[in-house]
Amino acid sequence: MLKLRIIPCLLFKDWGIVKSVQFDELRRVGDPTTCARVFNERNADELIFLDIMASREGKSLNYEVIEEIANECFMPLTIGGGIRHMEEVDKLFDVGADKVCINTAAVKKPGLIKDVASKYGSQAVVVSIDAKQVNGIYKAYISSGKEETVYTAVELAQRAELLGAGEILLNSIDNDGLTQGYDINLIQEVASSVNIPLIAAGGCGTLQDFVDAIQLGKADAVCAASIFFFVGESIITAKKYMLEKGLNVRVL
Amino acid sequence: MICIIDYKLGNIRSLVKAFNSMNGNVIVSNKYSDIKESSKLVLPGVGSFKKGMEHLRDYDLVSVLKEEVLIGNKPFLGICLGMQLLFKNSEEDGLVEGLGFIDGEIRKFDFNSGADFKIPHMGWNNIFGGKFDSIEIFKGIEESANFYFVHSYHALLGEVLDCVYTDYGYNFVSAIQKDNIYGTQFHPEKSQKEGLKIIKNFIQLKMSDNA
Repeated sequence: MLKLRIIPCLLFKDWGIVKSVQFDELRRVGDPTTCARVFNERNADELIFLDIMASREGKSLNYEVIEEIANECFMPLTIGGGIRHMEEVDKLFDVGADKVCINTAAVKKPGLIKDVASKYGSQAVVVSIDAKQVNGIYKAYISSGKEETVYTAVELAQRAELLGAGEILLNSIDNDGLTQGYDINLIQEVASSVNIPLIAAGGCGTLQDFVDAIQLGKADAVCAASIFFFVGESIITAKKYMLEKGLNVRVL
Repeated sequence: MICIIDYKLGNIRSLVKAFNSMNGNVIVSNKYSDIKESSKLVLPGVGSFKKGMEHLRDYDLVSVLKEEVLIGNKPFLGICLGMQLLFKNSEEDGLVEGLGFIDGEIRKFDFNSGADFKIPHMGWNNIFGGKFDSIEIFKGIEESANFYFVHSYHALLGEVLDCVYTDYGYNFVSAIQKDNIYGTQFHPEKSQKEGLKIIKNFIQLKMSDNA
């Protein structure tokens, strides 16, 4: 049977891995290659690496560091960070990415989703949606959570699927880094509106949160950072717990 | 020397990296002389079957593959699309003729209506099956080991072969061996320790193992 995936997320800034709280208040948590190596050894199912200097400060993606990380990963590696052009995508696949993660361009330059999907296949395109509640509605945000779009999270997810995205990475700006649990309503709304796999992100603080995102939210995969860096849980303890709860995960 | 055949279809960097990490002496090439001189061949590939065959023809690789694999009996590993291309034909983009080294067809996943299975089949899934022990490249791998898959089509065998299965809605053939020809529908290069074991086993295969 197909396994549910646990995917750690690394945010990269100023040569280090950091962790955000509600997309702000960055804390440094480690060195990129070490983090990638440890997650590979502990059998993370995939790895997501977001270069936030590229996405937030408009700098060029740090291909050098990305290549070093790719060299540690014998698992699928997704790279994101202000990707707008096919040249950036080509370069990322060149240095070892398996999938690219598109956020702002999904709204400002949606043709990119189509182009990447037709060149590398839908499975290589992850559209990340950063959602925030505004008057009871989940709106999609871009530009690292700074800019509200005209779309709801559901609308953007459906649009992304139509354009050829292979997966949705759904992040809750409200819950990010608070370790109080995922926004289950948000996950449910989006997961039930698309036919492509959904990776839940934003807010995980306990092992039960993983279980809830999957059992209640109907996510296909769970993404987290704080729980591994600050709470002290590992991929291994997480998978054991999920297995005990009857979830089908990959344990060795 | 192992030749990873570069027919410009998908990213092969991770595959080269995986072979290097297992101390495999690899060359990436589509040159006739390199393929002739190599002791083993690997055919990777991500993309559509039709494009795969077009690229094999564009780089004039079909006849050299026949010579080296079918006549020369060089150990050959096809990965993902590289395994599918070994079959007679595929229903992807109409009916497209393949290399035909193995009798059988490539079909799209076909689930009963109402079944909740997404296409592509993407993620980690386990293998199992009857001929598990007899396939050389699975040496040291436990039945039920998990591997990373990304595909929408799978093989339907037209001949009796050593193979293993994976369950996604139903059991499909996820790896095969026919004499010196090996194929995996999954990506060993993306499957951590278990995947690297397969690559190591392939590197360590002796020519005489296939005699």
